[in-house]
Amino acid sequence: MSDQPAKIGDNWPNLIGKRLPRVDAVEKVNGDAKYAGDFNMAGQLWMKILRSPHAHAKIISIDASKALDMPGVKAVVTAEDFKGWSWGWGPQTRDETPLAEGKVRYFAEAVAAVAAEDEETAEEACALIDVVYEELPGIFDAEEAMQDGAPQVHDYVENNQSWDFHMDYGDVEKGFAEADLVREDRFETGRTLTGFLEPPAAVAQYDTAGITIYAAKQSPYFIYRQLASCFKLPLSKVRVIQPYVGGGFGGTKNDSTAGDFCAVMLAKKTKRPVKFVYNMEEVLTTCRRRHNMIVDCKMGMKKDGTITAVQTKVIADGGAYTAIGPLTMYLTGIMTTLPYKLDNYKHDAYRIFTNHPVSAAMRGHGVTHTRFAAEIQMEKMADELGIDPVEVRMKNAIEAPHETINGITVDTCGLKEGLEIVSSSTAWKDKDKNKKDGPVVRGVGISGTSHLGGARQRGHQSCAAIVRLCEDGTVNYLTGASDAGQGSDTVLVQLVAEELGLTMEDVTIQRVDTAVTPVDNGSYGSRVTILAGQAAQKAAQEVKRQLAEAAAKVWQVDAEKILFNDRTVFVDGDPDKSMPFRKLTQIACYSESGAVIMGKGYSEYGIEKMDFEKGYGNPGVNYSFTSQLSAVDVDLETGMVKAKDFLIAHDCGRPLHPVNVEAQTQGAASQGLGQALYENFKMHEGRTMNSTMVNYMMPLSTEHPDFELHDIITDDPHGPFGAKEASEGSIISTPPSIVSAIHDATGIWFTKLPVTPEKIVLALKEKKERENAQKKESE
Amino acid sequence: MDKITCNFVVNGSAEEVSFPPNRTLLHMLREDLLFHGVREGCSHGECGSCNVILDGKLVNACLILAAEADGLEILTVEGMADGEDLHPIQQAFVDESGMQCGACTTGMILSTKNLLDANPDPSREEIKDALAGNFCRCTGYAKIFESVEAAAETMKGGQQ
Repeated sequence: MSDQPAKIGDNWPNLIGKRLPRVDAVEKVNGDAKYAGDFNMAGQLWMKILRSPHAHAKIISIDASKALDMPGVKAVVTAEDFKGWSWGWGPQTRDETPLAEGKVRYFAEAVAAVAAEDEETAEEACALIDVVYEELPGIFDAEEAMQDGAPQVHDYVENNQSWDFHMDYGDVEKGFAEADLVREDRFETGRTLTGFLEPPAAVAQYDTAGITIYAAKQSPYFIYRQLASCFKLPLSKVRVIQPYVGGGFGGTKNDSTAGDFCAVMLAKKTKRPVKFVYNMEEVLTTCRRRHNMIVDCKMGMKKDGTITAVQTKVIADGGAYTAIGPLTMYLTGIMTTLPYKLDNYKHDAYRIFTNHPVSAAMRGHGVTHTRFAAEIQMEKMADELGIDPVEVRMKNAIEAPHETINGITVDTCGLKEGLEIVSSSTAWKDKDKNKKDGPVVRGVGISGTSHLGGARQRGHQSCAAIVRLCEDGTVNYLTGASDAGQGSDTVLVQLVAEELGLTMEDVTIQRVDTAVTPVDNGSYGSRVTILAGQAAQKAAQEVKRQLAEAAAKVWQVDAEKILFNDRTVFVDGDPDKSMPFRKLTQIACYSESGAVIMGKGYSEYGIEKMDFEKGYGNPGVNYSFTSQLSAVDVDLETGMVKAKDFLIAHDCGRPLHPVNVEAQTQGAASQGLGQALYENFKMHEGRTMNSTMVNYMMPLSTEHPDFELHDIITDDPHGPFGAKEASEGSIISTPPSIVSAIHDATGIWFTKLPVTPEKIVLALKEKKERENAQKKESE
Repeated sequence: MDKITCNFVVNGSAEEVSFPPNRTLLHMLREDLLFHGVREGCSHGECGSCNVILDGKLVNACLILAAEADGLEILTVEGMADGEDLHPIQQAFVDESGMQCGACTTGMILSTKNLLDANPDPSREEIKDALAGNFCRCTGYAKIFESVEAAAETMKGGQQ
């Protein structure tokens, strides 16, 4: 470990690396944990949103008079109330208004909202709002939307091109010329639900003090800025309070919803608090979803398995608005140069507007699509060249230190070690022996992937912490970071307590209240442990410095000799000079009238320049590596696939909280399992046909395999205590390893996710027909 | 809508509540009695986050009208602990980190109670089957299964 404090005593670190309970565990098991929908304000009204019955239509008129006449109804808002204000990724892409203005662009887009004495009245009043639409032809296919003459989702955007992103490094044509085998394949990834169980909810108040809103957000500082902009208030008058968050996984809870803006506007109009809770159908039909992408992948390979060039073209269905889509496009390209050596790489990504709900970020953001394509194509080519799947990966795997052709710098890499663990398992070695005769056949596949941690959003990286010492020796830790369930609160408390030589119980976390806590971008791109973790460490170190000065005065020694451990403060090398932490706190706080001890710290990681437009430079602070083996049973008669075993060797640098690292790896793999086998929104003319949790299939307890997990310790110099990300790696490694396992069982390479039983049965039938025809021909 | 009045015993306490006849058991518990540990997820009986034990049986509170529970005993997660002492199932979920975001956790705990009351020593497969009505997006279920197994182990030792 570099850049870490010296070892203090035999039991240091006391907390880092230990299997401690989560700081939020008790509240979550006894029902005390309060989520946004659990908050009520005195005199609150309930809000419901009227949503569009068309995917693409002009709004001719809106008449809310009947709704307003209904007893119990207090106010209605429409686009007019927002006076053209819009939000989105950047200045040139702020194309989304809180309520549809002039035109609806996707089915169930918000058109108006009602505040009433109770939820049912609000819902009934929505039905009384008379909206006259003029239907327009819709466009529901990204490739068709790119053609001349296709219906335009936004009048000013030709060919519906929402965003494009290009990278060109080395010389792909030269690379393909040097190859012994070149393949071109088309891959497709599904449109998937992030899948949080707590729907968006908020209760909002608007008065002379400004806005106060309790909202379910994994990035509360996004809505903080958006509300200030929308309502033309200074940031100091926007108070976003973040309760417990019932899952996020990117997209919706990183952003604002129509509900948030409407609740605040209705609170402003009625001078009463306004509450809303989306129902799950609103979540499935209107919330941000993962982009469905077509990935055309071309790869060159030498006879020995060396990859000579990769060229990818991505067409992504962006849905009706930009949201965070440009970042998605950047991520589809930037990370393809990891984790395999690549000297020649060209990438063209196109995000296309359609009349579908908005696509945005989801765990494994952007990376999962192109990595899936490249993994499967690499294995297909190795297969053709008679090279083992492990060998082709070992041949191409990078080793640290490494700099990619697009300027990504990797200081630690446990990919080869992970692949060795995976390939020396009995599941891999005995895979042919365990295959079984059918109709249920065992297949085993592997993958080796990478993900960034400590994500950067075009360089904007605010991330700070405040540690406030109480006179009794306990600590308030104020953070702008958000725990949507991933366990970061626990890790951050661990870091503060570790620095101060305290216990977990001594440190109380203050979750986001924008009136109190420092600005932070929130939870995305595996940034919290790395960035907020460093900020927390630095803030605690600052408190320690002040305390050490007080102790140095007491003992008349150099402050640098003062050490903190196990709730005790002592002088290095002089065991007689020691006192309880609490006592030193009191000496320090009472030494002069009004001495208040606070420390602040901010993250310094990853602030070097990057070129977003060209895809050059580090998109993250450091990089994790995941090697995975998946064993599945495929029923050749029904096409049903059952995941049996996942063996995952993950290099997260160093697990600070090993239980959370395991849990995140398992959870991300679970979502990867959903993407690989089950999940996809079925769309018809813009409507989401599987709009409830009954018919949108996510993996349940019975679908889950057994997990075997291995930590690969690499101690990265850029993360607190050597840490890298642990929350997204396995959502990237799981789909290719499953598809490889299905190939092992069936002999068929599937290229479109999810690989459903229908696809398997049809492909097996085609394969049989093809084999029969070949047999006939040879006869 | 005219309100009706019903009586329940919730977590051992008698409650008289008036509500419109179309109120679900879920909304009665959450909105009228403020038991927020009963969570609303899918509202279609699919996710199990609103699980409570009604008259000894595990139910999805979103699928039952409050009036149907008139005169019956209801156990929510708030009634599991003995004062500050967590129920062994709750303690096992704490010890094994059988939760992440927590949205499914309270339902998961009642589902576990329902399982262990009937089958104190379940196999891994029996646990998977028993929790098939409880959706969790965060954990990949592994730590939940381990929590259930740990709870079974403690409760076999005579702790209730």
